[in-house]
Amino acid sequence: MTYLAKPRLHHPTLTHNKVGYTRRDYEGRISTLCAGCGHDSISAAIIQACWELDIEPHRVAKLSGIGCSSKTPDYFLGASHGFNTVHGRMPSVLTGANLANRDLLYLGVSGDGDSASIGLGQFANAMRRGVRMAYIVENNGVYGLTKGQFSATADRGSRSKKGVVNNDSPVDLVGLALQLGATYVARSFSGDKEQLVPLIKGAIGHGGAAFIDVISPCVTFNNHSGSTKSYDYVRQHNEAVSRIDFMPRHSEITAQYAPGEVIDVQQHDGALLRLRKLHTDYDPSDRYAALSYMNAHQARGEVVTGLLYLDPLATDLHLSLNTSDAPLNSLGPTELCPGSKALEKLNASLR
Amino acid sequence: MKPIEAVNDFVIKFANVNGSGSASANELFAKAILRMGVPVSPRNIFPSNIQGLPTWYEARVCERGYSGRRGGVDMMVAMNPQTWDADVAEISPGGYLFYDSTRPIPASKFRTDITVIGVPLTEISNNAYTEPRQRQLFKNIIYVGALSVLLDVEAEVFEKLFAEQYKGKEMLLESNVRALHLGRDYVRTHLQAPLGIRVRRADEVGDLIFTDGNSAAALGCVYGGATVAAWYPITPSSSVPEAFQKYCDKFRVDPDTGRSNFAIVQAEDELASIGMVVGAGWNGARAFTATSGPGISLMTEFIGLAYFAEIPVTIINVQRGGPSTGMPTRTQQSDLLSCAYASHGDTKHVLLFPEDPYECFEHAAAALDLADRLQTPIFLMTDLDIGMNQRLCKPFAWDDTRTYDRGKVMTAEELEAGKDFGRYKDVDGDGIPWRTYPGTHPTKGSFFTRGTTRDPYARYSERGPDYIYNMERLCAKFRTAADLVPQPVLRSAAHATPLGVLYFGSTSPAMQEALDVLTAAGIHIDALRLRAFPFPESVDRFIAGHEQVFVVEQNRDAQMHALLVNELGVDPARLVKVLHYDGTPITARFITQAILTHLQGATASLKEAA
Repeated sequence: MTYLAKPRLHHPTLTHNKVGYTRRDYEGRISTLCAGCGHDSISAAIIQACWELDIEPHRVAKLSGIGCSSKTPDYFLGASHGFNTVHGRMPSVLTGANLANRDLLYLGVSGDGDSASIGLGQFANAMRRGVRMAYIVENNGVYGLTKGQFSATADRGSRSKKGVVNNDSPVDLVGLALQLGATYVARSFSGDKEQLVPLIKGAIGHGGAAFIDVISPCVTFNNHSGSTKSYDYVRQHNEAVSRIDFMPRHSEITAQYAPGEVIDVQQHDGALLRLRKLHTDYDPSDRYAALSYMNAHQARGEVVTGLLYLDPLATDLHLSLNTSDAPLNSLGPTELCPGSKALEKLNASLR
Repeated sequence: MKPIEAVNDFVIKFANVNGSGSASANELFAKAILRMGVPVSPRNIFPSNIQGLPTWYEARVCERGYSGRRGGVDMMVAMNPQTWDADVAEISPGGYLFYDSTRPIPASKFRTDITVIGVPLTEISNNAYTEPRQRQLFKNIIYVGALSVLLDVEAEVFEKLFAEQYKGKEMLLESNVRALHLGRDYVRTHLQAPLGIRVRRADEVGDLIFTDGNSAAALGCVYGGATVAAWYPITPSSSVPEAFQKYCDKFRVDPDTGRSNFAIVQAEDELASIGMVVGAGWNGARAFTATSGPGISLMTEFIGLAYFAEIPVTIINVQRGGPSTGMPTRTQQSDLLSCAYASHGDTKHVLLFPEDPYECFEHAAAALDLADRLQTPIFLMTDLDIGMNQRLCKPFAWDDTRTYDRGKVMTAEELEAGKDFGRYKDVDGDGIPWRTYPGTHPTKGSFFTRGTTRDPYARYSERGPDYIYNMERLCAKFRTAADLVPQPVLRSAAHATPLGVLYFGSTSPAMQEALDVLTAAGIHIDALRLRAFPFPESVDRFIAGHEQVFVVEQNRDAQMHALLVNELGVDPARLVKVLHYDGTPITARFITQAILTHLQGATASLKEAA
């Protein structure tokens, strides 16, 4: 961690976005994570994505569970309300928050221990329900805060810093998200900001459950040889299947592509998401093909990254519950209380 | 043995097979007696099963209006061969046995000290109907018809109830009326009626309503403005969210848009349901969950978070018999301690104790207000006895000028005007801090909510003084709560007395009856009905004003007694435990006996000392 606070004064030449904020307005407190931690790169990517999307910081609610990754919401979007909940339970708290006010943007930040071990059930059910949110797992394969135990996403055969070999099968959150109905599924690497920022932007603008598994090496406990979540390993085995070009609303599209190379998707917020396929045999609009492609490549030890699956017709929990456009937390007795006349009628029916 | 003679004062018990359609027939019977102007209080005694196991419906008919379980059975309607022996044995001497005499039953299976009434129900039904399901269902209506003549209940009352129930379904109406008369005609032709026990028209029901506590609590949540409900099915609480769904479908769908002003989620477990309620409460919506003991155990981590991070939460706990899976379909008041001190570390929570469906409605709406005002979990502590049984109670009432108390929520305007915002700062001296809803102001009022310790401005801090400030403020807030919760209700004895009794919740009707019985026997006791925890000062004063105070509760370990001793520092020797915990609802007979035994014992030991 760094003890040197950056000065609060903004440099006059900093660029303002359309809502009048500079990048620095999206920052939070100083990180208390280890120097070089992948999670800090993800926080930086979130800051960049929100600034580029012209989001007013206070219209974002950021929620997390417990662990190193779950501490990070304190380190970005300082003007947003944040909620560091209990271990593995961010998805349910976010679901309730989302039901209370559908007008905010929801950012769920979690880790591999938080989402793949203790919170696997909540992760799965939030995906099933299609809660509209950007769900980011900062996946390093270890428990950092408790000093280096294996997590449920550690690959079979990978070695801990102390030399212990992991014999358990890993939980593949991307595979689960695909199976359980998430409508935006991606994997990325904290060391690849160019790929990560557009993926986060796409997830925030998505109209349903958007999930990004970000491999984020733990420099202290899981960055050695023998680990499959180290910077070196991921760099050597990273296999990107797609690139996202992100076009704000009403922008002019100039680049030319051969047919089948790109998929254009209108996002929930009106922006256009252009997906460039880097592998010709990969189809990100087919949930089951995406799943089997990923499984095949994973079996070869490759880390498949990019936007893996996208359903442009995303639905969300509010749609299935048919809730009012007005946020539920804005309703008062006029809308909510049936009044004494209705109660008298009801009493009469109980006699 | 002389047959029991009693008008408008008897207990009739129906022994049925689960899933045979008897429940609606039995309810029809109870409603008919109510329509005769005579109070009745039925209780379902059912197994954790959907089909095949024994189930009972015990109805107490009582003109004086006592709705507690009385104990003893004057008439048994024995429709279940599996439980025949035990059912016959349970009848009080001089009582009545009603049974299906289609197949002969050996004389040894009967008793000589009771009146036996056989009606060939299966034969009558099979002669009249051909379809198997109809034969089964109408057999139930036939026995109701037969009983109506034996107990002198007017046929017109049933016909009117059928007409209301099957409005627009003429076929069903007609066939039900026919079945009723098949039973009535048989009794009139073949048997002597009415019996020594019977119903006589009275005027003791008035404008009272007949409903169950779970529906009432759900309705209270609708009136109280709950918009988010998250739950996981568990007996005996599942009918709370189900009724909430029903009432919301009726009252909360915008007529213009067809959209719902509510959100109900059946969660994957209790951890998720309380998590959703916490999230919704944090984000400014009124939210609740309903559960029972095992669900509370699962929720305790979140309850601690809501206590410490100060998030409004309403939890309806319909208590059942514990520990563990315990007696899922029986009643107890055994979650007092697990709720009052739920979660690790130093925690204390607000509990409300409704006595009947009327108070389930009132307290549910009050709980939502209290949760917002106090920014903490509020438990509505009902139980299976009130929750799942229909009870006569005061009609629900609502004052249309009433608004929702949303508590201390700082607005964008106040923040803009420069009002100081310290999320965990006591600025008003009542221990309750101010909060902001997410998304309120672009630059002011945001904070990071966490379960870790913090300073008054919500900044992470493990400094001792910051921690102590916060914990002491939470205590101050708890003291504030004592004045805001529903206050105890005093029933003073006619004469000054050194004896007092404390009771709460579903014990109420049995206690009222016991007090009348004791008064008639010349024993005067002041009674205080507790309606909430923390205890207001009046509870302390009541105990101090009496030499001996009985504490009546439905659990083994005297949990209310423990709360009183722990929170008020009462000398335990002054409190006398009266404990009923076999899973059946407490009775006036039990309370009276326990108090008399104690007083006689005390007299005896005084004499010894002298």
